[in-house]
Amino acid sequence: MTTAAPSLLVDDLAFAYPDGHQALFGVDLRIAPGERVALLGPNGAGKTTLVLHLNGILRGGRGRVAVAGLPVAEANLQEIRRRVGIVFQDPDDQLFMPTVGEDVAFGPRNMGLDEATVTRRVTQALEQVGMADAADRPPHHLSFGQRRRVAVATVLSMQPEILVLDEPSSNLDPAGRRELAEVLQALPVTLLMVTHDLPYALQLCPRSVVLDRGVIVADAPTRELLADADRLAAHRLELPFGFSVR
Amino acid sequence: MGAGHSAGGISAAYVAGDSPVHRLEPHTKLVAVVAFALVVVTTPVQAASAPVAYAGFLALVLGVAAVAGVRAARLARSLLVELPFVFFALLLPVVSGGPRVQVLGLSLSEHGLWTGGGLLAKATLSVLAATVLAATTEPRALLRGLQRLHLPQVLVQILMFMVRYADVVLGELRRMRVARESRGFRPRHVGALRVLGPAAGSLFIRSYERGERVHLAMLSRGFTGRLPTGPPPVVGARSWATALTLPLAAAVVLGTSSLLL
Ligand SMILES: Nc1ncnc2c1ncn2[C@@H]1O[C@H](COP(=O)(O)OP(=O)(O)OP(=O)(O)O)[C@@H](O)[C@H]1O
Ligand SMILES: [Mg+2]
Repeated sequence: MTTAAPSLLVDDLAFAYPDGHQALFGVDLRIAPGERVALLGPNGAGKTTLVLHLNGILRGGRGRVAVAGLPVAEANLQEIRRRVGIVFQDPDDQLFMPTVGEDVAFGPRNMGLDEATVTRRVTQALEQVGMADAADRPPHHLSFGQRRRVAVATVLSMQPEILVLDEPSSNLDPAGRRELAEVLQALPVTLLMVTHDLPYALQLCPRSVVLDRGVIVADAPTRELLADADRLAAHRLELPFGFSVR
Repeated sequence: MGAGHSAGGISAAYVAGDSPVHRLEPHTKLVAVVAFALVVVTTPVQAASAPVAYAGFLALVLGVAAVAGVRAARLARSLLVELPFVFFALLLPVVSGGPRVQVLGLSLSEHGLWTGGGLLAKATLSVLAATVLAATTEPRALLRGLQRLHLPQVLVQILMFMVRYADVVLGELRRMRVARESRGFRPRHVGALRVLGPAAGSLFIRSYERGERVHLAMLSRGFTGRLPTGPPPVVGARSWATALTLPLAAAVVLGTSSLLL
């Protein structure tokens, strides 16, 4: 990318759910191309709400969001959804097609790409997550960790400007967690990763932002943030037992 | 989370194999089975040739089942879905009017016997053919077949999500039951409905919420209301010919039996 525009720009974003519950109170966030950022925060802080604004699933509050310079608006939704690849928390929600290959092809086909390109993208995306030989298998026959990796492939095949992951390490066994980390580390993409797994944030993302009660309360190098026990405690964040960062 | 490795649910109907029947394109098989059922259904029940024709049809289906490697036990089990028909068919000779015959001391309607027998034969033959189809075609291949035959998009999508999420929902159901029983619940009497009713409700809500999340995930990848499909595979005249052997043979059986008798 040679564009000067940031991969993601969130400017003074506020949002209340239809039932009146205010989830975001003016969020500002700027992510440059190639950056890897962890989005931390306690349960109910508004992380998922923020994520759903990035590709225009939720809209209509105050403020604005732009992806590589393109504002999120009704007229641009299709292009925005190509540029922002969201991997949801439960792979069973993400993988709805009868086979892995068809699921990975779903996004590219919606973009109207020709079949040769779709096939190429599918193979490439599955290779990137180490699942190349699963193309013909039904998703519900895969292990949880494999399904999580295929879920990542389903958005990689759209070649997004920014990859957004909502709690990618949850429910994974230690080996699955490490395998996913290796996959993510090898991807040449801009990354925003929502997580409660602070060591994972440290391993994968040089920069972290903390969202608490609908506002960004910290934005710092991950190592620096995790070393500041008082600041972590103030926002209900904790390193696992026996862990310390200095 | 997901039901992972359960072998039950919808995919239980499929018996893995590599027979010529397995290898046929799903939509050709669908057409063949529907055409076969049509021939069976149009065979006149009252004609003198009917029993011969039915026997011929039965030999045909069993022949295909044998080629496909579908076991007799599997076929027998599938006939269970027929039970309501059997009940109705048994009732017909008793309640129908017209001339009567004595069978084992029972006075039965002759017309009723023919109609009941015909109904039973037609249902059995169609169920057997459908069983061979289900046993040799994976559910998702069947869906692809339906789509290729231009079944309305909405129906295909509903069926597709059913196939995909049956295991997930069954898994949820199982976990809820385990959770209940782990705390000592035994569904022994009517009072249990007070617990099972809300459980059904909560399963419905969970499934509904899952549906919403799946929809979000679809929108996020540019879904606009139409499921995109890949290029249709090229199907040669050869595989159509193979698939249509069954209904054509059935038509020949019907024709010759009514000519000869
Ligand atoms: N559909 C909804 N309607 C009303 N309020 C909602 C809805 N979804 C979320 N909320 C509320 O908005 C707030 C932010 O929720 P959100 O899901 O964004 O939190 P989160 O940071 O992702 O939490 P978690 O870490 O538990 O996933 C919460 O207080 C939640 O109760
Ligand atoms: Mg969340």
